[in-house]
Amino acid sequence: MDLDIADGEFFTMLGPSGCGKTTTLRMIAGFEQPTTGKVLIDGTDVAGQPAFKRPTNTVFQSYALFPHMTLEENVGFGLKRKKVPKDEIKTRVATELERVGLSREAKRKPNQLSGGQQQRVALARALVNLPKVLLLDEPLGALDLKLRKGLQVQLKQIQRDVGITFVYVTHDQEEALTMSDRIAVMNEGRIEQCDDPETVYERPTTTFVAGFIGVSNLMPAVASGPGEVRIEDGPSVPTPDAARFSSGERCYAVVRPEKLDVDLPENSPTDQPGVDGVVESSLYLGTATQMAVRVAEDVSMTVLCPNVSEEERQSLPGAGARVRLSWLPEHMHLVAESDADKAAADSKPTETVTEGVN
Amino acid sequence: MTFRQRTIPYWLLAPGLLWLVIFFVVPMYYMGELSLKTGTVQTGYELTWAFSNYSDAISQYSEQFIRSFWYAGVATFFCLLIGYPLAYAIAFKAGRWKNLMLFAVVAPFFTTYLIRTIAWKTILDDSSPVVSVIEFLGLAPQGHVLATSGAVIAGLTYNFLPFMVLPLFTALERLDRRLLEAGKDLYASTFQTFWRITLPLTMPGIIAGILLTFIPAAGDYVNATFLGGTSQSMIGNVIQSKYLVVTDYSEAAALSFTLMAIILVALLVYIKFAGTSALMGEEEEAR
Repeated sequence: MDLDIADGEFFTMLGPSGCGKTTTLRMIAGFEQPTTGKVLIDGTDVAGQPAFKRPTNTVFQSYALFPHMTLEENVGFGLKRKKVPKDEIKTRVATELERVGLSREAKRKPNQLSGGQQQRVALARALVNLPKVLLLDEPLGALDLKLRKGLQVQLKQIQRDVGITFVYVTHDQEEALTMSDRIAVMNEGRIEQCDDPETVYERPTTTFVAGFIGVSNLMPAVASGPGEVRIEDGPSVPTPDAARFSSGERCYAVVRPEKLDVDLPENSPTDQPGVDGVVESSLYLGTATQMAVRVAEDVSMTVLCPNVSEEERQSLPGAGARVRLSWLPEHMHLVAESDADKAAADSKPTETVTEGVN
Repeated sequence: MTFRQRTIPYWLLAPGLLWLVIFFVVPMYYMGELSLKTGTVQTGYELTWAFSNYSDAISQYSEQFIRSFWYAGVATFFCLLIGYPLAYAIAFKAGRWKNLMLFAVVAPFFTTYLIRTIAWKTILDDSSPVVSVIEFLGLAPQGHVLATSGAVIAGLTYNFLPFMVLPLFTALERLDRRLLEAGKDLYASTFQTFWRITLPLTMPGIIAGILLTFIPAAGDYVNATFLGGTSQSMIGNVIQSKYLVVTDYSEAAALSFTLMAIILVALLVYIKFAGTSALMGEEEEAR
């Protein structure tokens, strides 16, 4: 695995549990040592160095606050070990607690705080040392949804303010998309794709990435020439993406649910690529209507139709209707089958079931 | 809540309370009364509020009292010195050998206390190879090991070591390993992590171990009987001989109460100093 993280970047490693993201983080922190290879921080190879000698700090998933110390002592712990003068420790600790909004609780012990507050202390305890790299191991994993949303915004804000490189580990794709400058999507110890959130979402490069981020809308296809791909059991459609594949190569066509138009075949725009299918189900989600449309025996596509007006919603085809899905050529992308997915497809079906378990 | 629901806790408490009353409160009362009586087994005892029993106990046997606390203190110190690294190794490094090592710590209990102490008598006998080594190292200036303070303290240390190791092991086992990682992450070296995090967080275990070792060791007489000589007798030996040899029951009761009182006072001071939360392990109970 080769990973290059820029100075001051909010970098996220995203993947299912067991994909190696936490292990990678622990190797940067120094809790685990790589058997081969290098870990360079600011040009210096720190591989082999113990954690306490590295210019990194970690925010643990479980916070790991010292229960026998007050918040002040917790936050000041690292500075004290670095022999920073007492006065400076005091002001820096106070500033940091102020930043996370816990100045009044400075004399309390961690077990007197709520989960969200403990999480903020853990952040302050790491940030106060001004590390070169701040490592965050699913720091919001144990919090409820509302609190998590609030802290996501705060965390991003703090990262912009301090300008420290954040390396963030999560399995929550939405969290990764909202906060990161760049995302590395990992699977089975390998990086599947490493790009900014827009690219990862809009232009996934493998089936795994397409499936892990957002809804997996994959249609098996074969590249049939420059600028054209033939969808299995369907028509040939134009795409600028086909150049990445040699003619005759197998791939998958991806169209995000919100980019699909669903119409009765006679009303469908004739100048757009599309496939025919049957509506299997239609779910009212409030802001949108979600439809499942079966386009081939084992291919089902998810469509999101925004609820613009009541009239439009009423006119949507119901379950059982024959429809045509269409999209703009630039909204379709071709992805290669992930090596891991390939392996899973080759092995027995019982094993493919466990593959998706998080 | 119905009447029945409200009374259930008391019914559950009843057997334990009854046990305590019959086997602790009542005997304590009789012993307390006995300690203030005068008389002999032959003529019978009469309550004369003989507080002289207590002043005699302290004035005549202060030497044995002091020796008991000294021996118990030194033995407790050695138990901690040996027990902490042992418990640490079992909790952190033993891996799949953990259960086996714990079993090894408890295994001596399968043999009677008396037998084990008598076995030490053989180990420390003048003809044993252990003693030859000790003498070779110049650690036995008297030319023998049995019937010295060292022998009694060694016996006490050996016999009470499991009582130190088990609470320490429990405390270390409960310690959240991620806290140690957090310590290292915040620039604390291995030693600093131990000193600032492991040690303070296992303090309840240390305190429990010290109490479980010191209290029974201070009242012990078996080790002094078998491993010590006449000049190594502890207060337990005095009480034992007063009860069973001299049959001076009043004096024996007074000595027992004095010992108990001293230990209680020491305990209270200790708790005050160490904090009740540490004793009760409250700090570990972080939600």
